[in-house]
Amino acid sequence: MKKLVIGAATGLSLALAALSPAEAAKTLVYCSEGSPEGFNPAFYTSGTTFDASSRPIFDMLAQFKRGTTVIEPGLATSWTASADGKSYTFKLRKGVKFHTTKDFTPSRDFNADDVVFSFARQWDKNHPFHKVSGGAYEYFNGMSMPDLLKGIVKVDDYTVRFDLNRPEAPFIANLGMDFASIFSAEYADKMMKAGTPEMVDQNPVGTGPFQLVAYQKDAVIRYKAHPNYWAGKAKIDNLVYSITTDAAVRYQKLKAGECHVMPYPNPADLAAMAKDPKINLLQQEGLNVGYLAYNTKKAPFTDNKVRLALNMAINKAAIIDAVFQGAGKAAKNPIPPTIWSYNNATPDDVYDPVKAKKMLDAAGVKNLKTNIWAMPVQRPYNPNARRMAELIQADWAKVGVTAEIVSFEWGEYLKRSKAGEHDTVLLGWTGDNGDPDNFLAVLLGCDGVGGSNRAQWCYKPFEDLIQAAKVTSNQAERTKLYEKAQTVFKQQAPWATIAHSVVFMPMSKKVTGYKINPFGGHGFYGVDLK
Amino acid sequence: MFRFLLSRIGLLVPTFLGASVVAFGFIRLIPGDPIEVLAGERGVSPARHAELMAQYGFDRPIWEQYFDFLFNLLQGDLGMSISTRKPVIDEFLVLFPATLELSFFAILFALALGLPAGIIAGVKRGSVFDHTVMTTALVGYSMPIFWLGLLMIILFSSILGWTPVSGRISFLYFFEPVTGFMVIDSYLSGQEGAFRSALSHLILPTIALGTIPMAVIARQTRSAMLEVLSEDYVRTARAKGLPPLRVIGVHALRNALIPVVTTIGLQVGVLLAGAILTETIFSWPGIGKWMIDSISRRDYTSVQGGLMMIAAIVMVVNLIVDLLYGLINPRIRHTR
Repeated sequence: MKKLVIGAATGLSLALAALSPAEAAKTLVYCSEGSPEGFNPAFYTSGTTFDASSRPIFDMLAQFKRGTTVIEPGLATSWTASADGKSYTFKLRKGVKFHTTKDFTPSRDFNADDVVFSFARQWDKNHPFHKVSGGAYEYFNGMSMPDLLKGIVKVDDYTVRFDLNRPEAPFIANLGMDFASIFSAEYADKMMKAGTPEMVDQNPVGTGPFQLVAYQKDAVIRYKAHPNYWAGKAKIDNLVYSITTDAAVRYQKLKAGECHVMPYPNPADLAAMAKDPKINLLQQEGLNVGYLAYNTKKAPFTDNKVRLALNMAINKAAIIDAVFQGAGKAAKNPIPPTIWSYNNATPDDVYDPVKAKKMLDAAGVKNLKTNIWAMPVQRPYNPNARRMAELIQADWAKVGVTAEIVSFEWGEYLKRSKAGEHDTVLLGWTGDNGDPDNFLAVLLGCDGVGGSNRAQWCYKPFEDLIQAAKVTSNQAERTKLYEKAQTVFKQQAPWATIAHSVVFMPMSKKVTGYKINPFGGHGFYGVDLK
Repeated sequence: MFRFLLSRIGLLVPTFLGASVVAFGFIRLIPGDPIEVLAGERGVSPARHAELMAQYGFDRPIWEQYFDFLFNLLQGDLGMSISTRKPVIDEFLVLFPATLELSFFAILFALALGLPAGIIAGVKRGSVFDHTVMTTALVGYSMPIFWLGLLMIILFSSILGWTPVSGRISFLYFFEPVTGFMVIDSYLSGQEGAFRSALSHLILPTIALGTIPMAVIARQTRSAMLEVLSEDYVRTARAKGLPPLRVIGVHALRNALIPVVTTIGLQVGVLLAGAILTETIFSWPGIGKWMIDSISRRDYTSVQGGLMMIAAIVMVVNLIVDLLYGLINPRIRHTR
């Protein structure tokens, strides 16, 4: 037994080093945090699924430059918008090869048919693939694409035009999102003829930098580099996702050399990771915001002076220390600083309980009894909502406000807070496409009242600004409008903006070229091993 | 024996129906709307919410949903997973061999250590060995699996580097599953080192999962041995001058085994429950980990289907134990 254990130890502790020369240099093991729900990113909304599907396997027409929120050409080499902003014409990249798998050998390169297929499948309820594999396209619907699209036209083999019902400046950024992954229409036709259309979703064929080799459910996902990738073959030959749900175990695997990169470390392990000579701890501010939303339809939160006073009573620095354990940055705007148009001139709420008390008195608010809803789950923008609620509760007690902490099961929490049952609610948001509209309109726009606008706040001066920005394609103009919108937001204070969390990525020092994705995803194109 | 068998099988019908009510009701008792959980902070419009509820059949009266579930269940159809959109039975069958393999090795470990320890502790009552075994059993029984698992990983994998941290086999080995049992498949693959890698990956999860059953078996064996050893027939056997090993092995142990076999049967349920934690810690791709994921996603069909499969397995194992019980002790099968 001892022999076996030690034998195994020798074999496994040196596992990465013991590979054959070809594999040794170029197999990257990523200890992922969970299992993908499937391999068609259009069906799902979770980052774990995108990490395993769209990011390695697929490309989009436009894509985000690695490590940034800047949009750049992907499968489209260029695009032009019509003067009225209601039509976008894309010139497609030539010579792009799809993956060759055991079920499919492409006979042609990527072209306009693939683009039309990928969107029509989600949009057209009568499309032969619409209902295949259950056919629920939540992201496509969630981004209001069915209302927005008027038509998708193949102009020629390498030109596609999207006609819209209204001007929509964030449209290009939307096409960089995971649901907009481009599938092979030829493969879909072949599978449909073979009577196995669902294979398109289970054994995906894309144009991305890696192609799926095998998925052993809940255990391992294997990919190999796409040899004919249009932007050049990936530097690593093989990519392995070793599914490891427990953060403490992921850390042990990283230490033991069983994986090269791990996401979502435990905050408590960060100090040890930073000191470990074998680990490189990358960090970057996340594209997220954690906030406390006041229900602006309920008195006394209808009064912005009360909201401003309560904001002033919250000791944000103490929250960053206690809840984020340093892995957070105080938020002053409703959008994170990594998004363009972030208004750095906005003054943050000053922590001043004495002044806050005076402001409450002046507003006629005495012995206020209220509630703070605390999320039951850990999220990137709020690692411990209960603790955060307790700190706010204590801060408010100092200004004479008695707050009860309320929590529900997650689904119930989302449902009830949408309906506006709360007085104040802790929640947050992680950006989808790096466009300010994705924060400001979704979370604070009038259309979001009764939905994702938990403050139930519909304020015309703010709404006018974000609506004007939505239909303007000039980014400089949009920036000005969003900056003004942030100033209005701060004056009206429908939220107490709490923090933007910092994303940490621990990895072996053998890994080079990794860039943290501001959207929270994990991709390995451009990454190498020393 | 035939009547005994029939009566035991007859008992399965109400148990199965009861289990189906629990499996169906359990996940629905947890507050939370599966559609809201699927959508997250983004949310869905009320119209889309209603559409999805109708699509999954959640808008129908609860009794109608239950009978639909039961009717399909009797035909072997567990439905489609809400999250992965694949048949629940397929997902279960892919993952179950991993749980079975781990449970098999855990019970083997529990028996290999628990039985002899219990027998010796019973025979040497009051000795240092007895006290040591009982203390170890108590500690083993009281130790939370997740804590024990993590501690072993830190010590044996991280500090000493003796065992792999988690998973079923090193990523270096890749072969198509034949039986779903990694130990067998790795052997069949013929890849050098694969079998050894599969075995080494089993060590820590086996100990983590097998410790509680081992402690229970050791304690149960000891007390059964103590009881039997004071019986007249054992005294008679000793008085006849039979060698001590024969008295213990043939006369005492066979009778002491009756409650022990029942305990072992009951441990199947304990193993499956323990597998949930063990599989989560050791990233073991079995049904325990799958159930946890399904519960957190409010994947009603996977949870109710998975629970029914687990209940069916526990029922069948207990039936087998009952029958074994009858074989070991003829008086039991003649009581009815």
